[in-house]
Amino acid sequence: MSQTAAAPSRAGMSDLSRGRLRSAWMFLIPMCLALLIVAGWPLARSIWFSLTDAETNHINEGNFIGLQNYFTVLTMDSGKTIYSGVLVSGEWWNAVWNTVRFAVISVTLETILGMAVALALNANFPGRGLVRAAILVPWAIPTIVSAKMWAWMLNDQFGIINDAFLRLGFIDHKIAFTATDATSMWAVLAVDIWKTTPFMALLILAGLQLVPGDIYEAAQIDGIHPIKVFWKLTLPLVRPAIMVAVIFRFMDAMRIFDLVYVLTPNSSATKTMSVIARENMFDFNKIGYGSAMSTLLFLILLGSIILYLWLGKVNLSGGGER
Amino acid sequence: MGSSILKKGGFYLFIAIIVFYAVFPFYYAIITSFKSGTQIFEVTYLPHGFSLQNYYDVFTSGGRAMTWADVLSLDITGFPRNFINSVIISTLVVCLALLMAVTAAYALSRVRFRGRGLLLMMILSVSMFPQVAVLAGLFEIIRFFHLFNTMYALIFSYTIFTLPFTVWVLTTFMRELPIEIEEAAIIDGASPWVIITKVFLPLLWPALVTTGLLAFIGAWNEFLYALTFTLDNAHRTVPVAISQLTGSSDKEIPWGPIMAASVIVTLPLIALVLIFQRKIIAGLTAGGVKG
Repeated sequence: MSQTAAAPSRAGMSDLSRGRLRSAWMFLIPMCLALLIVAGWPLARSIWFSLTDAETNHINEGNFIGLQNYFTVLTMDSGKTIYSGVLVSGEWWNAVWNTVRFAVISVTLETILGMAVALALNANFPGRGLVRAAILVPWAIPTIVSAKMWAWMLNDQFGIINDAFLRLGFIDHKIAFTATDATSMWAVLAVDIWKTTPFMALLILAGLQLVPGDIYEAAQIDGIHPIKVFWKLTLPLVRPAIMVAVIFRFMDAMRIFDLVYVLTPNSSATKTMSVIARENMFDFNKIGYGSAMSTLLFLILLGSIILYLWLGKVNLSGGGER
Repeated sequence: MGSSILKKGGFYLFIAIIVFYAVFPFYYAIITSFKSGTQIFEVTYLPHGFSLQNYYDVFTSGGRAMTWADVLSLDITGFPRNFINSVIISTLVVCLALLMAVTAAYALSRVRFRGRGLLLMMILSVSMFPQVAVLAGLFEIIRFFHLFNTMYALIFSYTIFTLPFTVWVLTTFMRELPIEIEEAAIIDGASPWVIITKVFLPLLWPALVTTGLLAFIGAWNEFLYALTFTLDNAHRTVPVAISQLTGSSDKEIPWGPIMAASVIVTLPLIALVLIFQRKIIAGLTAGGVKG
């Protein structure tokens, strides 16, 4: 990274750097204002809605009800106590479980597969450029289109996957992959892994290509086994690249909406936090309750990113300096 | 010797599997889109028959068959309308984001000021936080300004992911440029605005194209906001239109036209991605963000 013109001390600042500083802020104001309007303010309002009983059709007529959308205890006249709110909702915890399961499995498999693909692409072989172009294809296809393409391939009656599996003897009857609770999450995972492994592979490949070749030559001369070279040499060297890739993918997987919504509509086996929050806001007319869910998702992600940065000592702004 | 041939064979088998897995779904969508009528319900692994019926159906779905008079008077309905919506929205949103991002990235990469690191972290976190977390707040603003079910609602809301992304990537690109070129301009007495437009912009063209393309793909593919903030087919974008393509009854999903529509919206993207392959990989690794 190149050093920018530094101002050593405030007092000794020249007119020139003071002018630079002033224009820097002038340049930043439009962006800051735009982000405040499209991100900061809506986030604050969403959190506010989560503390009201507002309905979507009458968004500004809600009353402040504190944390009741999250958790509330009602004692009936009969002496029976009822707990309600998002935090005791079975549907919510089912969505949390679906989301976390999806994120952990997809990111883990994508990292392993991405690593394998990156190692293969790092080797020199004829046609490497073509292979790299081919793996960009899934990444370029819009998520909704991918969902539809795979829905068609996974179709229970006319799908090619059922046909191929029957021919190969993997199954003895046709399966409704996207509509069966036992398989629908795997269908979502298959599409997501197909679509995002290229992204992982390219990020890891960029890290691999920075490893100087003479290190490998030295290891080869010393007669170290390739598997040991991988664990002791390659992996530690590309670890920063992998850490950054994993954190971006995890954030992305935790907020998944479109693929689940289109591939497995209304399936409680796949409904994620984003899906259930939007459903409450716009299908059930409960914008307050739905906002409580979206706020919880926001807090979960904020918490996990802080934890990850703290545990992994990742320098995210170092991502651009590789 | 034998084991080395085996190793080589295994390696190429692995490569072949990767390529097959990556490309097959799109290949299958293409051959399905060219099937007609009941052919579609027979599973074939190789191209079988050639009919443009599905493509014709897509262009007339959700609207009526158009005459040249309709096209000339811009009275475009159905899927072509969705396509035009997507093009207009994605283009405008990217231009807006780049306009704000170039100056902001200059300040963030070339000028040292207090709070720069914090600002960068804020920008990064906006690009990562869940879009559903601002859905209610965005809905309120859009309703308040009577933008619901218009293109402006989407141009407005897409800024939330295009702007932080373009700022972040351009900042990393600009940091790589040598300080000397800027110093020469400063000594000549150029103002920061002149430095950006006369010194940096000519050097930044490749970066702008890459960043713009990635942001364009992001906007083109967006689904959550497009689904929530539009109501009728005339205002829908391509992804929502494809998700809503239904037959005469709920049971009859029109797979042929859906595949034809998928091919139509994907081909331009694949062409762009393959043309700009190297630049895209550079942009992806600089941004670390999924497009």
